[in-house]
Amino acid sequence: MDLKLSPTELAFRDGLRAWLAANIPPNWQAVYAALPGKTAQFEYLRQWQRKVYDGGWAGIAWPKEFGGRGATIIEQVIFTEEMARAGAPHLPGVLGLQLVGPTTITHGTGEQKERFLRKILSGEEIWCQGFSEPNAGSDLAALRTDAKRDGDQFIVNGQKVWTSYGWAADWCELVVRTDPDVPKHKGLTVLLVDMKSPGVDVRPLRQMTGETEFNELFFTEVKVPVENVLGKINDGWNVAIGTLMHERATLGAGIQIVIRRAFERIVELAKSLNKINDPLTRQKLAQCYAEIEVMRLNQMRAYSKMANGGTPGPEGSIQKIFWSELNQRFQQVAQEILGPYGQLTKGSDYAIDDGIWTYNYLRARGNTIEAGTSEIQRLILGHYVLGLPKSY
Amino acid sequence: MQFGLTEIQQLLKNSAREFFSAEYPIAEVRRIMETPFAHDPKLWRKTADQGWCGMTIPEAQGGMGLDLVEAAAAMEEAGRALVPGPLLAHLTACVAIASSGQVPPGLATGEKIATFADATKLFVMDAAVADFIIAPGQLIDRFTTLHLPAIDLTRRLYKIDFESGQPIQADLDRALAIGTVLLCAEITGAMQRVLDITVAYVKTRKQFGKAVGAFQLVQAMCADMLVATESARSATYYAAYAMQENLPDSLAAVSVAKSFINEAARQTGNNAIQCHGGMGFTWENEIHLYYRRIKAAETAFGDTAWHRERIAQLVL
Repeated sequence: MDLKLSPTELAFRDGLRAWLAANIPPNWQAVYAALPGKTAQFEYLRQWQRKVYDGGWAGIAWPKEFGGRGATIIEQVIFTEEMARAGAPHLPGVLGLQLVGPTTITHGTGEQKERFLRKILSGEEIWCQGFSEPNAGSDLAALRTDAKRDGDQFIVNGQKVWTSYGWAADWCELVVRTDPDVPKHKGLTVLLVDMKSPGVDVRPLRQMTGETEFNELFFTEVKVPVENVLGKINDGWNVAIGTLMHERATLGAGIQIVIRRAFERIVELAKSLNKINDPLTRQKLAQCYAEIEVMRLNQMRAYSKMANGGTPGPEGSIQKIFWSELNQRFQQVAQEILGPYGQLTKGSDYAIDDGIWTYNYLRARGNTIEAGTSEIQRLILGHYVLGLPKSY
Repeated sequence: MQFGLTEIQQLLKNSAREFFSAEYPIAEVRRIMETPFAHDPKLWRKTADQGWCGMTIPEAQGGMGLDLVEAAAAMEEAGRALVPGPLLAHLTACVAIASSGQVPPGLATGEKIATFADATKLFVMDAAVADFIIAPGQLIDRFTTLHLPAIDLTRRLYKIDFESGQPIQADLDRALAIGTVLLCAEITGAMQRVLDITVAYVKTRKQFGKAVGAFQLVQAMCADMLVATESARSATYYAAYAMQENLPDSLAAVSVAKSFINEAARQTGNNAIQCHGGMGFTWENEIHLYYRRIKAAETAFGDTAWHRERIAQLVL
């Protein structure tokens, strides 16, 4: 057990810190907020990713031969933490960098790697994931988006939902059914689909928070060349599950810092609202602190294990359950501290932090649903980790 | 950076598991808990001969001189076996006594047993079998004890009385922080055992023609026990490391672990009993022995509210 950073890790961190200090545009939040509309803002973030790429910091976990740095898991965690600590703009190609890229490196052909990986790193091409469907959520393998072989192409028909970045994406990692006559897990294939293909329709999906973070995707007679199959035909479940494991294991790293910062902010607010000496408030804040720490420590342990043993496994469900349910408890404590101010929304003259706490409270309800519901995570732990009989 | 046991630490933990599970099977624990002091001098001797009773005394003072992460790893295994008697009290008191620079003969080898007390003289663990009690500012070797029958059958509590002891310059606060970590390790081991027993049970117990572990409500309870146990382990080992390395957040880390484990362990015990159905409510089933240990641990070394207030003082 040694939690000190090694000389290599320290050098990595210091190099990154220096680069961030020199390259994050000063006062960028104000510049960003003043940009007219979502597209202009997205373009701003894309330029930032280009800068990160030119600096050699994009996709650091990827092997060097594909343009990464071959960074260790620990260096990835340092990267995520330092980006958050420095208040850097986020990378809009995050799904490509963290999910589609690594999956392509594992399962892709030489041509696919050549064609896609560089542009994922530079942000020139943005990716989304077409996984969930209206009738295939937790039971992902029941998905029905259909792909029929027609010579050297597939003809795709169907609908996807909950697609983050769908509106901005150039490409989609799409899971389709290529064989309806075999058990559901065995007839799936992953296709890499050009979002500009005729027949792809992207519609905004308005959430309970009022914003449109996600999209619905409709595919009508969309033609996808056979060379865009990722992995083997009808082996899509294995390809997709690898992506999901990455998602569960890595999502938490940034969230840990985000919740920590929110905790520090709510402590400040509790002080200015004269609630910091209230014993009940102190107990609740201390409980939040303890749980945020436990989340951080669970993650450190999991990353150390991955650093020794390779790919993320079903234990990632422990992290997913922990951070999502913790964030919901934390947002409730924040609401209790803010009292009636906690309900004021963006634009209210009296709203604290421009209504972000109201938004965060509502947004947290999605945490125990997205990337696998808490219920399905518990069943994954029950079956795959504890060895209990499969219940579904 | 590496959050986990080194190979050598893992070997030590393995040998602790081997020893404690071989020497303290649950039938033996039950036998010892029925004795007047929940203590078996012969088995204590055997445990001491392996060095386990001198874990927290530096080698220069005759002990095994384990660092705290190693001691926690060993205590996790002791907790898993529900080792009865004065091990935790003795190891904690030894940290305090060793900090004075003067370790009475026989303490490091376990021939003499120590425990600790605060000014209330109440809830003193295993005082009836102790030769020494360390209290704020003094080391007491002549005292009387009054047994306080309590929930944990494997670890006796007493009210003590004494005239006065030898003045001693010891860092009792640090010793109590270390004792808290050792208790957290012990409870983590107990949680792991309770989880293992429960998972094995729900795989074999059948109702409606299938193992009850196939039911999602049961599976979710087991999954929650797993999340709680792994989290307890993360919190414990970090607290051990932070104390060992004197990190700036070491006391906060101890309170994080203790306040978290108080709740996580109780919930894990609740789920274990519930998953066993009627069997979980019987005397014959061993779950209640662990549950009693877990419940008693909740108020030992500071209860949840006390540790949360300390976190508040340290970080707010």
